[in-house]
Amino acid sequence: MNGRAGRVPSPRVRPVVSSRLIARKTEPFMTTSAPAAAPPHAKPAPKSRIRRAHRGEGRLAALLLSPTLLVLALVIGYPLVSALRGSLYQRGEGLDANGFVISGEHFVGLRNYTDAFTGANGSRFWNAFGNTTFFTITTVVLETVIGLAMALIMHHALRGRALLRASILVPWAVPTAVSGLLWRWVFDANGIANNLLGQQILWSADGWPAKWAVVIADTWKTAPFIGLLTLAGLQLIPAELHEAARVDGANAWIRFRKITLPLIKPALLVAVLFRLLDVLRMFDLPYLLVGNQKYSVQTLSVLAFNEANNLHYGPAAAYATLLFLYVVIVAYAFVKILGADLLAGARTRTPARRRRSATRPLAGRGTPA
Amino acid sequence: MSRTRTTWRTSRTAGLAALAATGALILAGCSGSDAKDETSTSGGGTDRGPITFAVGKDTSGALQKQVDAWNAAHPSEKVTLNELPAAADAQLQQLQQNGQVKSSAFSVLGLDVTWTAAFAANRWIDPIPASTSTSGLLPAAVESAKYRGTLYSVPWQTNGGLLFYRSDLLTAAGIKTPPTTWREMQADCAKIKAQPQAKKASCYAGQFDKYEGLVVNFSEAVQSSGGHVFDANGKPTVDTPQAKTALTWMADAFKDGTIPHEDLTYQEENGRQAFQSGKVIFMRNWPYVWDLANKTDGSSKVTGKFDVAPLPGLDSTGSSTLGGYNLAVSSFTKHKTTARDFITYLTSDRSERANLLAASTAPTRTALYQDPALQKKFPYLAGLKKSLDTAVARPQAVRYGDVSAAIQDAVYPALSGRTDPATALASLQDKLTQLTSQP
Amino acid sequence: MTTHATDRPSRRASAKGPGAAAVLRYFGVAVIVVYCLAPFFWMVVSAFRRPSDQFQLSALPRPWSTANFRAVFKPEVGFGRALLNSLVVAGITTVVTLVIGTVAAYALARLEFRFKNLVAAVIIAISMFPPISIVVPLLKLFTDIKWINTYQAMIVPSLSFALPLAVWYLTSFFRQLPAELEQAAMIDGCTRGQAFRKVILPLAAPGVFTTAIITFIAAWNDFIIALSMVNKKDMQTATVAISRFTGAYGFDQPYGTQMAAGVVVTVPLVLAVLAFQRRIVSGLTAGGLK
Repeated sequence: MNGRAGRVPSPRVRPVVSSRLIARKTEPFMTTSAPAAAPPHAKPAPKSRIRRAHRGEGRLAALLLSPTLLVLALVIGYPLVSALRGSLYQRGEGLDANGFVISGEHFVGLRNYTDAFTGANGSRFWNAFGNTTFFTITTVVLETVIGLAMALIMHHALRGRALLRASILVPWAVPTAVSGLLWRWVFDANGIANNLLGQQILWSADGWPAKWAVVIADTWKTAPFIGLLTLAGLQLIPAELHEAARVDGANAWIRFRKITLPLIKPALLVAVLFRLLDVLRMFDLPYLLVGNQKYSVQTLSVLAFNEANNLHYGPAAAYATLLFLYVVIVAYAFVKILGADLLAGARTRTPARRRRSATRPLAGRGTPA
Repeated sequence: MSRTRTTWRTSRTAGLAALAATGALILAGCSGSDAKDETSTSGGGTDRGPITFAVGKDTSGALQKQVDAWNAAHPSEKVTLNELPAAADAQLQQLQQNGQVKSSAFSVLGLDVTWTAAFAANRWIDPIPASTSTSGLLPAAVESAKYRGTLYSVPWQTNGGLLFYRSDLLTAAGIKTPPTTWREMQADCAKIKAQPQAKKASCYAGQFDKYEGLVVNFSEAVQSSGGHVFDANGKPTVDTPQAKTALTWMADAFKDGTIPHEDLTYQEENGRQAFQSGKVIFMRNWPYVWDLANKTDGSSKVTGKFDVAPLPGLDSTGSSTLGGYNLAVSSFTKHKTTARDFITYLTSDRSERANLLAASTAPTRTALYQDPALQKKFPYLAGLKKSLDTAVARPQAVRYGDVSAAIQDAVYPALSGRTDPATALASLQDKLTQLTSQP
Repeated sequence: MTTHATDRPSRRASAKGPGAAAVLRYFGVAVIVVYCLAPFFWMVVSAFRRPSDQFQLSALPRPWSTANFRAVFKPEVGFGRALLNSLVVAGITTVVTLVIGTVAAYALARLEFRFKNLVAAVIIAISMFPPISIVVPLLKLFTDIKWINTYQAMIVPSLSFALPLAVWYLTSFFRQLPAELEQAAMIDGCTRGQAFRKVILPLAAPGVFTTAIITFIAAWNDFIIALSMVNKKDMQTATVAISRFTGAYGFDQPYGTQMAAGVVVTVPLVLAVLAFQRRIVSGLTAGGLK
């Protein structure tokens, strides 16, 4: 038993992640603290040829990037501007002499915003804002903890890695809309959840259980995903580090805190950042799992959708714009404070830059020489 | 996906192949839908052609049969049934979207009795030609189909709330007549639940989930204690002692278990299922339940063991809210003549009779209520007619969606004990006043 | 070759002692597998119950029934058409995205130019954009230009999230390819375009393929765009169609049919994911995320 367990796994049992592929991507994270991890073929390419071709590259780059930028300007730039403009208008709700709604919009300045903050829609806006924030914090914390635990288990698993890898991708592949309906069924008043708990919890009624239903459903779907990404980071930690620490008398917890955590932190931070931004715009789950009228799960996206559906385009545009700002602020703060290195994959790779990159945030970075 | 895979194998022409594929797919994708639109307009200048009928779920299949019969008789003007979800709010969402995006997807709209005003004021539906006669239709239903005196839809089905009760349990407990007041009902429940076979049953179920049904149940409770949600001039009157009594009764019934806690998630169907599986003694629901709960295929455990009565009230028999559907022609459909003909067909005496027989949906044609053969088959018809004659329509507000949401927002937390009924109603009064006053 | 490096930790850890640690490890594996699969299992099981057994809570359906699946594919439900629509929307989105995104990613990965980091940052920032922010204005635009109920009304907004996603993955894939290869090709007289076509693209094909799968799944899973832009039944995508199921048998709550349709929508994805799991995992981890 002992001998078999200690044996190097047979080639059939491959590691969960093809480390060759991730090596280069994660390498900028690693260089500051663990230079040993950089694969030998990562050394910078000779630059003479690139220099020579440099002159024409600007134009070529412009040419190659223009379709993408054009499309993005169209599908993001236009709506963004249009939403900003729309948030300053309100659709007429007055009736003409014959009882028809007077069509057209009128300029209301910042009223949609002041309404959202302090005015007539205040309670609804702040409720949605609170829910969005609550979901973001709880799901991201839960997903990070569970995902990290999963990654550690997977990292140390000897058998069943194929099964693990397969099953961990299943929640990711299930469309959120379908998972919303699935959990709605699980959390039905007569559903399996209540049966297993032996309770009559009204998950789909307006209240805390509904919030938790959404949190559980979201965590189920995305914690394995965080686990997957963290695992990739874990597998790059040289075993020698753990070995040396063990020789120095560090116990498992200390090794986890002093070696594992710092080394996977960059990968984990990027994962968490993306999850944060994803939860902030949550729509499908509350909409399908509980219903869009239930205040306890109404997120900013759901609120904006409802308003648009009730023909209140102005407030809807204002909520959408505020949500966008919220996302930007969270992303910026996260990157600024925790230094998640978002651009590691896309940035020009010069040795000097690489060294600083793990600690430098997204913003305030100059263009490459 | 397979396309991409080939791209990867045949490396040289990869880019080109992908590009060509994109082009082909885009053309195919976009021209596909364009071609479709053309064929639907190819009927030329005429106003006739295929249409769609968007309406809440066809529960009995009877509607599909009627549509099939129409299609057989009108091969070039086929009707496609587009079922909407069972919940009224979800129906409203989709129907509103249809108007909002000026879609031609729906031709004939099945509008809940409260929606005609909103759709007419937004010019999403066309007025019904003056030549259409409304004689022989229930007056209250016709009223609900009008906006500012103009007929915008045709009453098709009506609906009134009924109290379904387990006659077997009542008899076993020695109760001769169904309760007419809430207090009687609670007393009856106590007697019935004292018996072993009904120990676990709940007393009363209604529609108390946070959706349109809650507005109906709340309105009925208010009316049944002598109040009104809106007065005759359309002004909200929910900050009244009667409304307070009603909401307090509802909240207390939840608190003391008269209404099971899980009823906070019940829509019509959950209640029907609870009733059919014997979990509930009294239930407020629509007439459609009669047929389904009497099914002999084993789906119902209460077949032949229940009866209906008018809704109970505070001091005497309560009053129902008028429900039902009116049919209207979308302003954005292409074949309006066909749509109008189809509405005439569905609201004919014959179709309504068939609907009543197959699905126990209440007709809007008064003559059917007097039909002896039908009265024999549906013993509750006379009582239903009586309840419909006194039924109170919900407000016809242009911003009905907002009005409904405001009522749900105020009532629901009060039922679950999170707000106090009096406070909830006071703020509801403000909100409704603001929503119904002309800006 | 590199597999050894990754295997080492587990070997060390296990060398410490069998017994409790091993049991704990197996237990951990079991917990993860159950965690991931149990809800999915419940969906499958619920789909195979008879509609009248919907509320049955046994672990396996008794008896098994395909009634829900038959109901899903009844012609008047139009689910086949919805699947086709999903396929068209997700397929075209993927292809367009790849064609446009590949060249952009190449530029970001290989060329030197001013504002490069800015462009990269903008593209990544856009992938965080909340869809609701574009749905509201586009809804009005598409109403005016009569795009409601068309494929393009779903494809164009889908590009907003698919394109940044694809550029993000593809860039990291291109970066992984040694620059020497293409430099050698250019020394041999290839132009940059030829080098890209003949050397880089074939080598990056696995990466492109992975990106294609991930983009396709992202587009396939969209809900809010299809929900807003389309109300014609035969233009609905599968995710919206499921959410609008009214149930097939009289007044049954449509859970059974919804679960059956959910299985139909999910199983191809799950199979594809299982078939290409290694590639997808490497793609997900290489691209950073989602």
